[in-house]
Amino acid sequence: MRHLVLALGLISLLARPGAAFEAEAVHDFGPEGAAQISVIGANDLPAIAPVLSAFVGAQPGYRVHYVQAASTEIFRAIHDDRVPFDLVLSSAMDLQMRLVNDGFAANVPDVGGHLPGWQHWRDQLFGIALEPVITLVSRRGLHGLPLPRTRRDLIAMLRENPERFTGRIAAYDPARSGVGYFLLSQDDQYFEGFWRLAEVMGRLNVRQECCSDDMIAQLRAGEVLIAYNVVSSYVSRFAPDDPDLVRLSFEDYTLALLRTALIPRIAANPQAGAELLRHILSAPMQHVIAELSGTPLPEGSGPASAAHLRPIRLDAGLLAYGDQLRRAGALNEWAAAMSQPDEAPEPCHHAPQ
Amino acid sequence: MSGQSRAVPSLRRRLVWQLATLSLLLVLALVTGVRYAAETASRASQDAVLGAAVNALADALRTSDQGLELDLPPAVFSMLGAMGEERLFYSVAINGTVISGYDGLPAPPRPPGQLVSLFWRAAWSGADLTWAATARRLLVDGRLADVVVTLGQTRHGQTAIARETALRAAWVGAGLLLAVIATGLLFTRSALEPIDRLAAAIARRGPHDLHPLHQASAPRELQPFVQALNGFIARLRSSLRMTETFVVEAAHRVRTPLALVQTEAELTLAETEDPALRKRLRRMIRAIGESSRSASQILDHAAVRSRAERFSPSSLDLAALARDGLRAMAPLAELREIDLDAPDLPASCKIRGDARLIEMALRNLLDNALKYSAPEGRVTLRLKAGGRMARLSVLDEGRGLPDDPEMLTGRFVRGANSADVVGSGLGLTIVAEVAAAHGGDFALTPREEKGTCATLSLPLG
Repeated sequence: MRHLVLALGLISLLARPGAAFEAEAVHDFGPEGAAQISVIGANDLPAIAPVLSAFVGAQPGYRVHYVQAASTEIFRAIHDDRVPFDLVLSSAMDLQMRLVNDGFAANVPDVGGHLPGWQHWRDQLFGIALEPVITLVSRRGLHGLPLPRTRRDLIAMLRENPERFTGRIAAYDPARSGVGYFLLSQDDQYFEGFWRLAEVMGRLNVRQECCSDDMIAQLRAGEVLIAYNVVSSYVSRFAPDDPDLVRLSFEDYTLALLRTALIPRIAANPQAGAELLRHILSAPMQHVIAELSGTPLPEGSGPASAAHLRPIRLDAGLLAYGDQLRRAGALNEWAAAMSQPDEAPEPCHHAPQ
Repeated sequence: MSGQSRAVPSLRRRLVWQLATLSLLLVLALVTGVRYAAETASRASQDAVLGAAVNALADALRTSDQGLELDLPPAVFSMLGAMGEERLFYSVAINGTVISGYDGLPAPPRPPGQLVSLFWRAAWSGADLTWAATARRLLVDGRLADVVVTLGQTRHGQTAIARETALRAAWVGAGLLLAVIATGLLFTRSALEPIDRLAAAIARRGPHDLHPLHQASAPRELQPFVQALNGFIARLRSSLRMTETFVVEAAHRVRTPLALVQTEAELTLAETEDPALRKRLRRMIRAIGESSRSASQILDHAAVRSRAERFSPSSLDLAALARDGLRAMAPLAELREIDLDAPDLPASCKIRGDARLIEMALRNLLDNALKYSAPEGRVTLRLKAGGRMARLSVLDEGRGLPDDPEMLTGRFVRGANSADVVGSGLGLTIVAEVAAAHGGDFALTPREEKGTCATLSLPLG
């Protein structure tokens, strides 16, 4: 019954009544007084600014009002607070799909036709960037150990060198981070040895972080040697050319999140939102985004993607990950693997991804 | 005429319209039927998938010592959402309390069973959805609880499939409709062709052709029309015949007393010395002669008409007939001191025709020529065979023709230049009718210097 209560608590977490969504940063692009396009996105400013600046440069009649928020806050802003944003950008595929399923997304008929089938869901949700999820390793910290090529190699390396890695592994805290939970669910689905990996990491006192940039910061500070499941766009930005950092794309599979965009049904200016969306999907902007996230979305617009890249499918199956019981079960198992079953996870309102 | 055609639309148009309207109705019925069938079929398959999915969800429920677990398989939602534009809503409820999924979904109309899934329709979140629910009895926290799994799916896909299928059916139907209109036009044309044929056959007829129509050549549907037409023709014929009989009878009855009166007048003239009376008697005799001649010609004309109607040609010698005609007219020519001859008359000229008719034509031709020739004039008869025709020409040196010789062959029509000559205006009509009865031709042409050339052409035998 305890988990039932936990599950109900999580329902209320997703639907906190009364409180407005929390924005992390707000920035305006373009001239004062021009027609305003309100955009909410999970990307921080450095990741999105080049694209938005290029847009207002090409279309001086528009001014883009960008609100940066965590993906769960974005979901709340649209789903609960009904803020009339014109464009919603987020890598939380499950939450974006939930918005579409619950009828919050408008049809944008003249965009999806040019995209491959996997890049859009109907005429409502459009993939704008592919973000591989990689594992970062400190070359110095390995002390000559061979780099693991698969997750099994990783498990073996951690098991054989507990003294070196105890307390020096960082991973997402699935209870605090939406992306963390989502990636855990994907790993659970694709890697049959995932819970073995979780147990090994739990025994080595893995550090559970809320955000990719925290993990990267700890890695660069030398506090941890391995950061498991980091969204690559953060790596590109926070450690663009650190020779010590090795970006591991596991060969058994490397997940890739699809950062998606939708135009809410309640948008104040849906035409302008669609205009901006088309701009983001244009070839030059896709080049810019590919440079920022590391992997190009359309074939041929950047460096070739690895053969073992496994983009997460954009379909109704994503709805399953939002299920409260499923989530509670997965978190429960994670908590058990962390060997700290009595410690209830604390909700993190600070920048989960 | 055009007003009438507006009031009574053409049969073909009416047939085509009726055919097109019927086809349109059939196409509409087809589209509706296909749409209904497609909707039913897609609903059945969607319900089946939805039923399987709700059971897959329910089967993913498990109790553990920590409570209820749901290992929700994403593939279930992937499959449900794969088709159309569907949205999915589900909930898991224990004893009526939602523990997972969406809160406040429409309740099943009655509690679902473990084995039998329940399907119903209800609106939710602004859409029309099909719902499926199934129940599982599970031990939760040591107590048996009814866990109800509800899964709903919008029905856009169904509608879209039905619409698309109906649209395709509509295209096929539109093609059929075009084909029906095209073939309808062809069919009605061929179906109405006998009417056109009949009309043409009637239009082709000569003015005196009152033969009944050939009834067997008309299709059964036109038989009553042909019958009615033939009845009408028969009535017209008998009415015409009655009139003609009456006219002939009248002429006949007038002619005999006229002859008597003429004889009496001539006798009186012989016995009278008084010049004034004699002059008056001469005028009288002349008038009586004119009337008598008219009556004769009316009788001739009636005879020609009646023989022409029952035309039965036989082989005969036109040259011999010509010689006979000349011989018969010789006394009259002598009386008027007119030189009547036929140089180069061939010994024989075979044609097929009615001797009596040709005789009458010849007599009228020669009579005319003599009548309009001045005394001591000359009338020449020529007979030549050229091509497939025998040409019999009578040439005179008379006063010639009025401006429009064509009209002279009309009944009771006389030239503007003939007031002083006795005549009924039927002579040339008789000649023309004889020519027509033989399939020949009659022409009046002026001669080069003076006089007229009247040519009767008859087909050679």
